[in-house]
Amino acid sequence: MEKKSKLSILTNGLIKENPVLVLVIGTCPTLATSTSVETALGMGLAATAVLICSNIVISAIHNIIPDNVRIPCYITVIAGFVTIVQMLLQAFVPSLYSALGLFLPLIVVNCIILGRAEMFAGKNGVVDSALDGIGMGLGFTLTLMVMGSIREILGTGTWLAGTWFGLAPSTWKGIPIFSNFIPGMSIMTLVPGGFFVFAIVMAFVHFITRDKSKIKQDFGCAGCAMESTCTNQDECEKGAAA
Amino acid sequence: MDFTKIIIIIISMVLVNNYPLAQFLGICPFLGVSKDLESSKGMGIAVTFVMVLATAATWPIQQLMNRFGIGYLQTVVFILVIAALVQLVEMFMKKSMPSLYSSLGIFLPLITTNCAVLGVCISNIDDGLNYFESLIQAFGAGIGFLFAMVIMAGVRSKLEDQSRIPESFRGVPIVLVTAAILSLSFMGFNGMFS
Repeated sequence: MEKKSKLSILTNGLIKENPVLVLVIGTCPTLATSTSVETALGMGLAATAVLICSNIVISAIHNIIPDNVRIPCYITVIAGFVTIVQMLLQAFVPSLYSALGLFLPLIVVNCIILGRAEMFAGKNGVVDSALDGIGMGLGFTLTLMVMGSIREILGTGTWLAGTWFGLAPSTWKGIPIFSNFIPGMSIMTLVPGGFFVFAIVMAFVHFITRDKSKIKQDFGCAGCAMESTCTNQDECEKGAAA
Repeated sequence: MDFTKIIIIIISMVLVNNYPLAQFLGICPFLGVSKDLESSKGMGIAVTFVMVLATAATWPIQQLMNRFGIGYLQTVVFILVIAALVQLVEMFMKKSMPSLYSSLGIFLPLITTNCAVLGVCISNIDDGLNYFESLIQAFGAGIGFLFAMVIMAGVRSKLEDQSRIPESFRGVPIVLVTAAILSLSFMGFNGMFS
């Protein structure tokens, strides 16, 4: 692997290897928490915090972990940070804690975090891994916020509504985009809207990058955090028919 | 334990609260492994199996942790228990049931990081279900997952010829549009139980 500059590591996750839109990993939290900008931002920041911390710790200790038990070790480190984030949110931002609900503990099985631990932090130094964590986390957060904005504007007609973790004044109702004259299409904040907006955003990314086609045309095993440890990729992709 | 309650839990997990199509859990394998019918079935059955086993293991552990006042370690303990359990099942299957291993075993390593498995364990605790209800709920969630996977594989087999799809929508986006339409039809089951 050639040596990359610090800046390219940082920006890699934003566009070129955007975890959600290009690598197609971490789809569950993306779809579930992008119902409004507020929850999208909360989820993005929580996952980013876990990603940065776990990348730093894993890159610092990867030399002393025996190779064949590294995945359980990585999972333990990640789960520890998820628990810390969970407890901090429960104590200081209870509204966000209840809005994210089940998806907060599920950060631990977010493919992005284990995937980066395996693909990047386990092979690189502490500083590079921290930058990679920041870049990937920001890429995830930005994608979530773009999807959250589209779904919130189409779904409710307002933008940036919410209590903003208790910081916004109680009269804040969000910026009205078209809520004054058309009611929102609430289907957009429901499950089908999530899939649909995700499809449109991804098709748009395909459209603008169609010349530099590095876009994945399919899912397959690369979307799985266990890719590099999995020994059955061929059979798996062919199915169990064999 | 009366029979109607069991039926209600199963129907609600399969149709109303279907994991991939109504709750966004287990989307990665739902989109990734649903290319053909055989692998969808294998993945669905393997997930159901692991879900029931994981619930059987994690529910008593949570009670034990609550007794000692360390319930907050839920996330750490559950994911390690699931990872160890999957590994154990894989080893056991390889040794004593090679024919089953060749059809289901290849999906097992992928299941550790499947959010539907951890999700069902945590939501069983959050919903305050008893041990038997938890097992039924896990079973229902797995069957719902299998159901969604098989439907998706059926639809995707009709999409194999991608030449009529706009270029930007080929590959992943068209699968997502398919999932959107499927979940729209599953929304029809909303309000089946009040």
